[in-house]
Amino acid sequence: MSGILDVFRRPDFFELLWQHILLSAAALLIAVAIALPVALAIRNTSLGAALAVNIGNIGRAVPSLAILALCQPFLGFGFDTALVALTALAIPPILINTSTGLREVRRDIIDAARGMGLSGSQVLSRIQLPIAAPVIFAGIRTSAVQVVASATLATFIGGGGLGELIVEGTQLNNTTILLAGSFSVAVLAILTEVGFGALEMAMTPKGLKIAQKRGR
Amino acid sequence: MANPALTLLQDLSSIEDPKLIEWDWISDNFWEDIVPAIQGHIFLSFVSVAIALMISLPTGVLVSRYRKAYPPVTFVTGLLYSIPSLALFGILISVPGITIGPTPVIIALVAYSLLILIRNTVAGLDAVPAETIDAARGMGLTNRQILFRVELPLALPVIVAGIRIATVTIIGIATIGAYIAGGGLGKMIFDGINRSFPTMIITGAVLATALAIIADLSLLGLERYLRPWARRRKT
Repeated sequence: MSGILDVFRRPDFFELLWQHILLSAAALLIAVAIALPVALAIRNTSLGAALAVNIGNIGRAVPSLAILALCQPFLGFGFDTALVALTALAIPPILINTSTGLREVRRDIIDAARGMGLSGSQVLSRIQLPIAAPVIFAGIRTSAVQVVASATLATFIGGGGLGELIVEGTQLNNTTILLAGSFSVAVLAILTEVGFGALEMAMTPKGLKIAQKRGR
Repeated sequence: MANPALTLLQDLSSIEDPKLIEWDWISDNFWEDIVPAIQGHIFLSFVSVAIALMISLPTGVLVSRYRKAYPPVTFVTGLLYSIPSLALFGILISVPGITIGPTPVIIALVAYSLLILIRNTVAGLDAVPAETIDAARGMGLTNRQILFRVELPLALPVIVAGIRIATVTIIGIATIGAYIAGGGLGKMIFDGINRSFPTMIITGAVLATALAIIADLSLLGLERYLRPWARRRKT
């Protein structure tokens, strides 16, 4: 156990941890910056709905290692390649959740807002987005957890991150390094899950929480 | 007759980079390497889902009866589910007595399926209307008969929906299992990366994706088939 702590004290540990976080955060932010506007742009088209669902389904089926590995022959080894692959991995859940979240806002609520004199963009920003917020943030959470987990694989295409410790431990047949890498990745993933879960709760409008409680 | 899609792919690959896909390698190694890799991948995924079902179905039934046990069960399985696969593989092969190979891969794949399968079993049983169970009891069925003849058949479509998600997830994670010598299509991906041989990477990645999509679609078909009422409503 003290051996594992020694690994955490290694100077390169924080470098790898930082790489892991930077890679995941950058991929997630770029994915949000792409998926949210696209979902908003296609929100009123039936083609958009079909597109979002199909991209979401195919995206779910593509193994994360396959995406990372497929980017390698085209983009070479390195951080940037891993970033592209992880971004591609993070887009589908955000796209599909934003799209369905906006679509599932009840028609009569939108009609009522229209009747009160709200313009199209006001309906979007004051009614549709707040109501869809929990679903959108659930999508972002799914992506975040997936990206943090898959960033472990970035090491195979030279992208760095905590996966390097796992690879080092396996290659040297060193259980201490292997466990240190595995545990830190696991903790990071669980923290991401819990943190984004809290964000999801915080982003649920008060009125919606009351309605959920009454409904059940 | 030449497959137009295949010729198009060949054309594309020869325009961009003649070495991106070497079709000769694929035809030369088709029976020796590619087919066994597909078979190994299917074997890993199938065995894992089967074992996971043997654990999840009884657990789901028990938990749907003893409701207090449900939150801790979802907590533990949820925790397992959120551990990145490479980390879980690392932890498993550190356990004394477990060596690299298919065994730790199957253990991890089973662990990942539990949350989805148990949750869907419980959700499926919950969705059985109380009146239906009352009617069955009124007809003189015992608890055991109600479970096997009424509740489980009615919950089956939801359970199959869970099997579908679990299978797609597992086919994806199984590729990573090749890193700890689990075999399957992931081995082609890793070998391709190590040898800087794009043909192997692309073949392994495309086949793994295809396998996941085929499993997804066929289990979706099964799910629809088991829900005749939903089919009727659609037409």
